[in-house]
Amino acid sequence: MTAPLFVHLLRLADDRLVLGHRTSEWCGHGPILEEDIALANIALDQIGEASLFLKLAGALEGQERDEDALAYFREAIDYRNALLVELPNGDFGFTIVRQFFFSVFSLLQMRALKSSTNQDLAGIAAKAEKEATYHVRHCAQWVVTLGDGTAESHARAQAAVDELWRYTGELFLADDIDREVAAAGVGVDPSTLQSEWSAQVGRVLREATLTTPDVKFMQRGGRAGKHTEHLGHMLSEMQILARSHPGATW
Amino acid sequence: MSDQAPHAGAGTASTDEQARVAEFEARIARGESIEPKDWMPERYRRQLTRMMSQHAHSEIVGMLPEGNWITRAPSLRRKLALLAKVQDEAGHGLYIYCGTETLGTDRQELVQQLLDGTAKYSSIFNYPTLTWADIGCIGWFVDGAAIVNQTMLAHASYGPYARAMVRICKEENFHKRQGYEIMATLAGGTPAQRAMAQDAVNRWWWPSLMMFGPHDKDSSNSDELMRWGVKRKSNDELRQRFVNLTVAQAKAVDLTLPDPDLRYNEETENWEFGAIDWDEFWRVVKGDGPCNRERLAARRTAHEDGAWVRRAAAAYAAKRAPMSEAAD
Repeated sequence: MTAPLFVHLLRLADDRLVLGHRTSEWCGHGPILEEDIALANIALDQIGEASLFLKLAGALEGQERDEDALAYFREAIDYRNALLVELPNGDFGFTIVRQFFFSVFSLLQMRALKSSTNQDLAGIAAKAEKEATYHVRHCAQWVVTLGDGTAESHARAQAAVDELWRYTGELFLADDIDREVAAAGVGVDPSTLQSEWSAQVGRVLREATLTTPDVKFMQRGGRAGKHTEHLGHMLSEMQILARSHPGATW
Repeated sequence: MSDQAPHAGAGTASTDEQARVAEFEARIARGESIEPKDWMPERYRRQLTRMMSQHAHSEIVGMLPEGNWITRAPSLRRKLALLAKVQDEAGHGLYIYCGTETLGTDRQELVQQLLDGTAKYSSIFNYPTLTWADIGCIGWFVDGAAIVNQTMLAHASYGPYARAMVRICKEENFHKRQGYEIMATLAGGTPAQRAMAQDAVNRWWWPSLMMFGPHDKDSSNSDELMRWGVKRKSNDELRQRFVNLTVAQAKAVDLTLPDPDLRYNEETENWEFGAIDWDEFWRVVKGDGPCNRERLAARRTAHEDGAWVRRAAAAYAAKRAPMSEAAD
């Protein structure tokens, strides 16, 4: 169970670390001051969750890698996040729609993980569920506001939905690792979350007067380390200082 | 209290005005707090609006140099702490903008003055953050200087400003400790980290001393602000207090303040320091600091890029409240 659970934890952590990092790029550049504060909050929650998952992963692995070793000294091909979260921020509409898609997924995932037989994992999930609840509420309000705001905001929100939709399928792809940790009562099989996600997201998109695109092929690869070109650039910035001073403490 | 009433019919407008000013100043002399609905001289209102909005702008522009390192923070703990700190600054800005609005100017107008370049903000934020040690140094020096200033402003005569300062000072104290702890860690780290820390001290020390503003004799607003109890101590007094506090802190982590003239005066119990480069100070105030253009450009870009979002929010709100006036 150790090896599959380690990968499962990396997937949980990397989704949140990468998206938290992306969201943190907004800090100081938001459309209104209140939103600078809200986006920073979301980023803080997600990076905090990632840190806890990585710490647990490192302890489980037993190779003396702590959360920082796992965050700062892994290559892009060793990251296990979904492609959705590594895409560059785009405009505020893109950022919000992406965050909404992910946060609904995260909320369902954390709700299920709360009953993990691994007490540490269940504890983190309970905390993260509360945070995701707020993220979903905040982002859903913005999706509706942008979708049902002006013609321009509607067009931008719809463009974001159209662009991002092809990356949502990967969130629910399960492989042997997911199935094994789920069967053991430790982890969650993401394919079990899809119908509830579609229902919740569909409701909000309808209220926002946005349409769900018809996508023939869903992009995938992140869970196995096959990423977009964007992740390497993001990590090169994130990791530069830590890697320039190996062995240093900060 | 009893001498507050007899204003009506007290002769000409100008003597009426004089009487009101006299009563206003008497209230301040008694240590009373001036509240938004109280009468106040126009000049007091304008001076406070200027000061408070400058303070709010400084919080917002101050997010940029530190924000520059959020994506490169060297550990997850440091990344979270820095992000939270910059978020606090946004919160301070919001809080002080709200305080300024109680004087009758709304946030939109104040922000426009910043973007137009007609309002000022603290010049310290026109210096670049070149290494991680700058993040420590800003916490230690810049927040440290801000605390010295704001501890005084927490006793300012205008109630909303004073109360904002009490709350903000608590968070600034936390930021300062965090910054100093970064510096202590670097100073006790590898030779490269230590060099990084000393380099940041060398670059930030003098601009931090300039944060307190010109010498008392060259400070055009000081007398009036002191008379009206907005400021309780002079620029030079505050600067001296900051130096006295910081010298010992630098020694404790074995970092050298870049001033060969720094020496202790047993009689005055002050750390005397060398001459400040006032040419540099005025150059940066007037727009030719290393980052003035970048900072304003970043604020303008955020504002312009966000315009469609603000329009959407207004349009959506108007649709949800059809009985009220449509927002523009």
